[in-house]
Amino acid sequence: MKKTKIDPGYNISVAETGPERLHLILSGNLHTENCALLLNDLKTRLSGKPPRDIELDFGGVDYLDSSAAAVIAQAKFSLQKRGAYNVKLTNIKPEIQKLFNILNLDSLLREGARIRERRPGLFTQVGTASIKFAKDTAFTCGYLGDVTLGLGHAIRHPNKIRWSDVFLYVERTGIEAIPIVLLISFLVGFIMAFQAAVQLKQFGADIFVANLVGLTVVRELGPLMTAIIVAGRSGAAFAAEIGTMKVSEEIDALESMGLNPTRFLIIPKIIATLVTLPTLTLMADMVGIFGGLVVGVLFLDLTPWGYILQTERALDFFDVFTGYFKSIVFAILISGIGCMRGLQVEGGAQGVGRFTTSAVVSGIFLIIVSDALFTLMFNYVKW
Amino acid sequence: MNDTVIQVRDLTTGYDEEVILNNVSFDVHRGEIFIILGGSGCGKSTLLRHMVGLRQPYRGKVLIEGKDVVTAEGREREGILRKFGVLFQSSALLSSMTLAENVALPLQEYTHLPRHMIDFLVRAKLGMVGLRGYEGYLPDQLSGGMKKRAGIARAIALDPEILFFDEPSAGLDPVTSSNLDDLIIQLNASLGTTMVVVTHELPSIYAIAHRVIMLDKRTKKIIAEGRPSDLRDKSADPFVRDFFNRQVREGLYS
Repeated sequence: MKKTKIDPGYNISVAETGPERLHLILSGNLHTENCALLLNDLKTRLSGKPPRDIELDFGGVDYLDSSAAAVIAQAKFSLQKRGAYNVKLTNIKPEIQKLFNILNLDSLLREGARIRERRPGLFTQVGTASIKFAKDTAFTCGYLGDVTLGLGHAIRHPNKIRWSDVFLYVERTGIEAIPIVLLISFLVGFIMAFQAAVQLKQFGADIFVANLVGLTVVRELGPLMTAIIVAGRSGAAFAAEIGTMKVSEEIDALESMGLNPTRFLIIPKIIATLVTLPTLTLMADMVGIFGGLVVGVLFLDLTPWGYILQTERALDFFDVFTGYFKSIVFAILISGIGCMRGLQVEGGAQGVGRFTTSAVVSGIFLIIVSDALFTLMFNYVKW
Repeated sequence: MNDTVIQVRDLTTGYDEEVILNNVSFDVHRGEIFIILGGSGCGKSTLLRHMVGLRQPYRGKVLIEGKDVVTAEGREREGILRKFGVLFQSSALLSSMTLAENVALPLQEYTHLPRHMIDFLVRAKLGMVGLRGYEGYLPDQLSGGMKKRAGIARAIALDPEILFFDEPSAGLDPVTSSNLDDLIIQLNASLGTTMVVVTHELPSIYAIAHRVIMLDKRTKKIIAEGRPSDLRDKSADPFVRDFFNRQVREGLYS
């Protein structure tokens, strides 16, 4: 609340007061800044049972804006409701009167001042949610079909793929991601080796740090960490990009030109991710193992060569293959869900934010769930 | 009180290396509808962005009631900004808010009025632009003309002394566009608001303008100033006469 010491910029004086009649003279400027004060002022002066006749004299008011006009109109209305028979606003300067006229406040007050908010009932909410679920499901099915057709088309007509876009996205999703992927996988390998070393040292099994790090990185953490990084970087970027295009009607424009948005926008992104994510994963595998090697050499007195030999012995082709295969699936999931969330955007800027978030969250969710399924599956497949 | 509300002095601006406006000076008087016009790409919208302090000029000043809108900071800048409202070309309503929330935004930030009074004012403002009953609509659900009206309602929420319009009729049909012109005239007449309008729509210009300046792409300067009918009939510059008569002359527009 404002301090009361400050000059409010207006003045109210009482010209006549009595049980039957009240005459107030207002002067000064009434505007946005002081209309809240005016509102309180009028409330205190006019509380209780009002007299029959009330005159508000605006002779001294030089300037009055619409906020103040609203305050006055509200005061007049509430006085009339509480039994003041005759409330008059007098001596209003012509400019100010024009403002009162154009604002048309009295008719608004008779309608009721509040803006009614539409709050749907439980029944409506359940219904709306169900319809939304059905629509989303239909959309997902349609989208999956579109993407499958688009990929099929791309395989049959490789020259129709927009290769310049593919290269652009290879750069965005792959090359630009190399530093962060390498740093994180190095640290993951390093940390894991360190923790393992502490335990294994107790049994004199130092060398098996290489087995542990090698297997975990190549089979699980390499593909998983890389996929999560790419989901956060590129899945979000895809959703934001396509979502913004949707909001600004660019998708509609493509469609009306007879260009299939799936083929035009989504297929290049999926192909690019299919190229980059498995490659990044292999890099992450190597750097993760290197992180373990650094721990082995620095803290466990292993020789680099010995560590590498032990890693080689621990891993077979199948281990590397499962990681690589998983990353291919992750690539489809990340780019697919990113683009899909982009297409689902509605409701302007906030919608873009919401669906970008959703692209990352559902991307990571799908990665983890499918990883769990793969782990179970490979467990049975392995010879 | 000084009759001049906005003074633009020796304004030079452009994008990167390219100068778009060179040494442009003019005044806007209190209570008039002032139009900035010119062909596409001559820098009229850029000039408007300078006048509302969104861009820094290379050289020169923009004074609003004597205060420099470019160099002002903090409370002083806030004070200057409060003096005007802007209607952007795309209306720039916040898409996640209803019309009522859009219009209420400046009122909530700058007044201490209770909620029901703000609601009341919001409805009055929307009523002024002919959007009574649309309080709960999202901008997406409205037509282009209605969005512009809502944009105006938000711009006049705090009763500014100056209103800036960036191509108010862009993308509107002639009837809607002429309704908008009427609204501009009505607001100007009833509230005495100074209006600065950027446009190249001739019917609009004839309907609302008290005074115009015309910018030229080649000379990067003001090539004409005055009342539109005078410029059409009496201007010495053939380019200006052509513009107002809608004639195309070979080579002039290249």
